[in-house]
Amino acid sequence: MRADHVRERANWMRRRLLAMIVEAGQGHPGGDLSATDILATLYFDILRFDPAQPQAPGRDRFVMSKGHCTGALYSALAGAGFFPEAELDTYLRPESRLNGHPNRTYLPGVETNTGPLGHGLPVAVGIAIAAQIDQADYRVFVLTGDGELQEGSMWEAAMLAGHRGLGQLTVIVDRNRLQQGARTEDTNALEPLADKWRAFGWDVAEVNGHDPVALLQRLDAACLPRSRPLCIIANTRKGKGVSFMEDQAGWHHGVPNAAQYAQALAELDAELVA
Amino acid sequence: MSAAAAPSGLFDCRDAYVRAVEELAVEDDRIVAVVNDSVGSSKLGKFRDRFPDRLVNVGIAEQNMVGVGAGLANGGKIPFVSGASCFLSARALEQIKADCAYSQANVKLCGISSGVAYGELGATHHSIEDVAWLRAIDRLTVIVPADPWETAQAIRAAAAHDGPVYVRISRMPVPELDRDHDAFRIGQAEQLRAGQDVAIIANGTLVHRALDAAHLLEAEGISARVINMATVSPIDTAMLAQAATTGAIVTAEEGLAHGGLGGAVAEYCATHSPVPMRMLGFPGFLPTGSAAWLMDRFGLNAQGIAAAARDLLAVKAR
Repeated sequence: MRADHVRERANWMRRRLLAMIVEAGQGHPGGDLSATDILATLYFDILRFDPAQPQAPGRDRFVMSKGHCTGALYSALAGAGFFPEAELDTYLRPESRLNGHPNRTYLPGVETNTGPLGHGLPVAVGIAIAAQIDQADYRVFVLTGDGELQEGSMWEAAMLAGHRGLGQLTVIVDRNRLQQGARTEDTNALEPLADKWRAFGWDVAEVNGHDPVALLQRLDAACLPRSRPLCIIANTRKGKGVSFMEDQAGWHHGVPNAAQYAQALAELDAELVA
Repeated sequence: MSAAAAPSGLFDCRDAYVRAVEELAVEDDRIVAVVNDSVGSSKLGKFRDRFPDRLVNVGIAEQNMVGVGAGLANGGKIPFVSGASCFLSARALEQIKADCAYSQANVKLCGISSGVAYGELGATHHSIEDVAWLRAIDRLTVIVPADPWETAQAIRAAAAHDGPVYVRISRMPVPELDRDHDAFRIGQAEQLRAGQDVAIIANGTLVHRALDAAHLLEAEGISARVINMATVSPIDTAMLAQAATTGAIVTAEEGLAHGGLGGAVAEYCATHSPVPMRMLGFPGFLPTGSAAWLMDRFGLNAQGIAAAARDLLAVKAR
């Protein structure tokens, strides 16, 4: 039941974010689509929040470290009730609250302004330390791109989280194996990635990042009391759900033309029927 | 008034800083300190002993230190993020911009041992660019206190201010200034001495030297106004407009001669109240030498400031 709901919401997010990108004439569809199932699982099941009180001290926090994937983030936030769905149509327009990278001073539900890579995890570690000091029970989730793990600041933060045993903290790696221009392993290899996190004092789990059943199982476990931070390596495909975008570095940026957009929507229709 | 009660002698402003943070921590349990292995150089050992759970040492990792500070603010804390100003400002500049200023996170950044305090250690350890870099960042308050009283006041004002603040804290021994008021407000400059012929605008360690320069000039019959411009951003434009009416402005700071306080004063005056200026500071990467030697070598002393004032008065007389 829960997985069906997540699946339905993820399909809606994919349509919505493609519509935003087509309307705006720019965007990052590849990374948006690889992150969609993860964000759908978080926002439509796991996270505890009240969109009417986005600053409530006890809320669960989600930090979008891969801040360029605003198509996925904004569709999730709108779907979760932080702002009207119709506002998604203003994506990237002059004076829109929906900037190309998320801005917390514009938009409720955004915890910190990201965009430059390597910023989200340090901030999330700080939030988790605040929870540790207060013995509060809210949880902190971060989604990072895999290429982003080439930023040194991520490992500064990972080291501290391991050292302090931040059990409130879960980082999810969107492991689509592509960065902007090429494969991660051809650029500056991340493997053995799980071993790296373990060496920094983290528990590590791997999951199919497009399977809501598996994601729910892992994220439910992430919510249990823990004494160490958890890294979930979510194996994903960039562009997931749109056949011609899948696993193609060229769709990091990009806008589908009319025929491509029609095909994408048809594929998403078919997925919903199946 | 505190100046009257102050003991004679010289003081390290770090002591006033840690005292203020400890007092604030007693009053408000949201106060936490974040350091980069700099418990000793930030003089936070006593804070750590009194509030062990509220001292977060991230190790030698400045980018993470500032990001963690922003996260602590998200979790409802008021973090005082302290590290040597050369590393805090340069190494974590993007975190200061994005995580603190752009995100409007309630983080208090304390740049310790600023300016050329680390004299002989060389340009890697000098922090003379920090004010120029940081005042360029929108919505970041930048304060350069001059003495222990003002340091404590700046820390208290930073804690009460909702938003990111950078406070530059010197380790160079300075006297307590003689004041006739006890009000510190962010963005409000302080006129320490009246004068009509020239206005000397300084902050930090240069305020004391500016006052000494005014004494030298007085003996020559020159009436020099001395203004302590502790807040560089946002700058006190009303005070600048008044200073410009003297027809001559000298700025002096323990930092680059361009881009910092002098730059801020020049930007305002050039566009609102054009006035001949001299901007005193360091030219760039500096030769080997102690802090005191470097200050003298580059004219950042009473004689250098007085000479700049005389030079300007000659321009004014033409």
